Amino acid sequence: MTIRVSEAEHAQSFQKAALPLLEDAQLRKNVRHATDVIQSKRGIVVGGTPDWQDLRTAGSAIKAHTLRYLDQYLLQFEKACTAAGGQVHWAGDADDANRIIVGLVQQYGGTEVIKIKTMTSEEIGLNEALDHAGIRAHETDLAEVIVQLGGDKSSHIVAPAVHKNRSQVRQIFRERMNLPDLGDDPEELTAAARHYLREKFLRVKVGVSGANFLVAETGSVCIVESEGNGRMCLTLPNVLISIAGIEKIIPRFEDMEVFLQLLPRSATGERMNPYNSLWTGVRNGDGPQHFHVVLLDNGRTGILADPESRQTLQCIRCGACLNTCPVYRQTGGHAYGSSYSGPIGAIVTPQLLQMRQAQSLPFASTLCGACYEVCPVKINIPEVLIHLRGRVVREQKSALDPEALAMKTAAAIFTSRTRFEAAQRLGRIAQWPMVSHGWMRNLPGLLGNWTRVRDLRELPKQTFREWWKARAKTGSMPGPSTPLRAARKLAQDVNDHA
Amino acid sequence: MPDARAAILDRIRASLSADPSAPPAPPADYAAIPRSYIRAGRLTPEARLDLFLDRLRDYDTHVVETNADSLRQTIAVILQEHNQKKVIAADSLPPELLPRDFAFIPEHAVGLDDLNACDGVVTVCAVAIAFTGSIVLTHGPGEGARRLTLVPDRHLCVVRAEQVVETVPEAFDRLLPHATHPLTFISGPSATADIEMTRIRGVHGPRFLDVVLVR
Repeated sequence: MTIRVSEAEHAQSFQKAALPLLEDAQLRKNVRHATDVIQSKRGIVVGGTPDWQDLRTAGSAIKAHTLRYLDQYLLQFEKACTAAGGQVHWAGDADDANRIIVGLVQQYGGTEVIKIKTMTSEEIGLNEALDHAGIRAHETDLAEVIVQLGGDKSSHIVAPAVHKNRSQVRQIFRERMNLPDLGDDPEELTAAARHYLREKFLRVKVGVSGANFLVAETGSVCIVESEGNGRMCLTLPNVLISIAGIEKIIPRFEDMEVFLQLLPRSATGERMNPYNSLWTGVRNGDGPQHFHVVLLDNGRTGILADPESRQTLQCIRCGACLNTCPVYRQTGGHAYGSSYSGPIGAIVTPQLLQMRQAQSLPFASTLCGACYEVCPVKINIPEVLIHLRGRVVREQKSALDPEALAMKTAAAIFTSRTRFEAAQRLGRIAQWPMVSHGWMRNLPGLLGNWTRVRDLRELPKQTFREWWKARAKTGSMPGPSTPLRAARKLAQDVNDHA
Repeated sequence: MPDARAAILDRIRASLSADPSAPPAPPADYAAIPRSYIRAGRLTPEARLDLFLDRLRDYDTHVVETNADSLRQTIAVILQEHNQKKVIAADSLPPELLPRDFAFIPEHAVGLDDLNACDGVVTVCAVAIAFTGSIVLTHGPGEGARRLTLVPDRHLCVVRAEQVVETVPEAFDRLLPHATHPLTFISGPSATADIEMTRIRGVHGPRFLDVVLVR
C-alpha cells in the first residue's frame, strides 16, 4: 500500500514552512479578514439555534456509532446503491482510487471532466493522475477555479482561496480568462467565472464529485454546496463518479436532519446553504445515467485502529476549527503542507500517513481548546493532539535524548508529593544566579528555549502549603525551611526512583 | 477491485475487534443515540408562515403572498415585472396555477441548450422549512427534473401554506416516503462568498428565486 495525502510526505516541517508565511503581511490580512467574517456569521446562526448542543451531541453519537459498525454499514450502502443502479468500487489507497477513476473516464471515452470541489480528490492527487492520462480536469467551485487557474494550492477546507484578495483574483482571471479589462468588484469577478464555466457545464460529459454523506440504508449520496456548480456537475453530465472516504457513511436517511443543521452553520455561518443535493443510484430521464462511487481507505482503517484517536474520523469537514484556531489564523493553510489544514489537518494528515510523515503537525497548536468548542461533532482535537505528540515522542526519541531524560526526571518529581516539595525548595536555591529584580530572562541550555520568547517569574520564597503548615503551628508568618536539607532529600529521592 | 474490498473490510474488522465496547448488532445501539434536539415545531400556523417569509427574505429570495383565487394573477404579474418571455412550466404542473394568456413552454419540449436560452421556470415544491427558509424538491409531478430548476436564471416556486413545516426534522418526516428520489434543498438563490467573504448572489444556479406563498 502506498498511502499519500496530497504532497504532505515531501512537505517541510510546519515550523519551517510557517516562517515565510508569517512575514507575508497581505496573506495574513486576507486570512484574518476571512476567518473573522465566517466566525462572526457562525456565532449569530449558532446563537439562533436553541438546541445547538443537543444537535452536536446527536451528531457526535451518530458518527461514533457508525464507526463502531463501519464494515456493516459500508456493505449495506454498497447493496442499496447497487440495487438503485449505481456501481460501487473500493480503493485501498490513493493509487488504487486514481487508477479506478482514470479507467472509468477512459471507459466512457471522456477527455475532460468537470469537478465539484472534493477534498478527497486533492488528498489522492486526482487532477495530476487525470492529467497524466491526458484527461483535463476543470474545477468549478469559484475558489477552486481561483486556485487552479493561479497554479496555487488550497489553503482552507471550505474556502480554498481565503488567502487571496480581490485584486489578486482579478489578476489571475485577467491573465487566464483573457479578460484584460476585468474590474476587481467581487460581483464582476463572480460573473466572469459564471460565464467561463457555463459552456463547460453544458458540454463536458463526465462529472466528478466528492460526498458529504453516504446514507447506508438507502444508498444515497449527499452534496452540500452554495454556488450551484455542484448541481451542474451532479445533474448535467451523462456519467458521474463520486469519491468518498469510508468514514463519510451515516446509518439512515433521517440522520441527515442532524447533519444538515450542523454543517452549514459551522462551515459558512448560514442557517442552510443554498443547495443540498441527495440522489440514489440512477434515475431514468433525470441526471447521469451512469453512476459510480469510489470508497477510499488510504489510511483511514489505521486511524480506526487507535481507540484514542478514532474520533478523528467523525469529521464532517466544516472548517470551523480552522477559523477559530489562533495558529491557523496567523499562518493560513499552506504551512500545514497538506490539503487538510488547521487543527483537524494537524491530526488527520499525520495519522493517515501512519505517523511516519508530517510529524511536526501535532505540535502546530497551542492546545487552547477553541477547536473542540466549535466542533459540530465534538472531536476533542486537543486530546488527540496530545496523544499524537506522545506517539511521535515515543517513536522518535531515544532514551538518552536530553529532553527525554529531563521529562523522565520531571515525571519522577511530579508523581511524588515529597519529591515535588523538595524540588520546589531546591529550585529556590538553584535559581539565584539567574534571577534579576524578580524575573528570569535568560535560562541556560534547553530551558533557554522558553526564556528566548518570554520571561519567567522567580520562584516565590514560600509555597502556599508551606505557609499554611507553618501558620497552623505558630499562628504567624514563618521563614523558609533549610534549603540544603531539601536539596539532599530531592537528589536521593530522584535516585531511588530512577 | 474485489481484492481491495476484502482487504479494506478485513482491516476494519481487525481495527474494531480490539474494541470490546462494541455490542454485536447495530440496531439496538442505534436506538441509544441521544436525540434531545428539537423535533416538533412550537409556533402557531400564522407565526410559522411569517418565520418562513422572514427567513426567505433574509437570503435574498423575492417573496409574494397570495391566495388561491388570485394565484394565477399573481404569477402573471411577477413574470411581467421581470420581463420574462420564454418561461418553462414543469411537466404535470396543476393547470389552475398558470395564467391563461401566457404561452408557457412545456418542460418535455426543451433540450439542454433550449433550457440555457430560457428566461425562467415555474414549479411547485414538496415541502418547505420555515426555520431555515428552505424549499425542498423531490422532483415529482410539477417539480421538474433536476436540471429544470438549475440552468434558467429565474426560478418561480409556488408553495402552499400546508407544505410549510417549522423544523428540519419535521421536513425529514414528510420526505421519508421519497427518500430514494433525487432531492434538492434550495435556500435562496445560488450564492458564493469565496472572494473576501463578500456574499454574491447568483453564481451558477438561478440568480433569482421567487417564492409565491398561497395562504
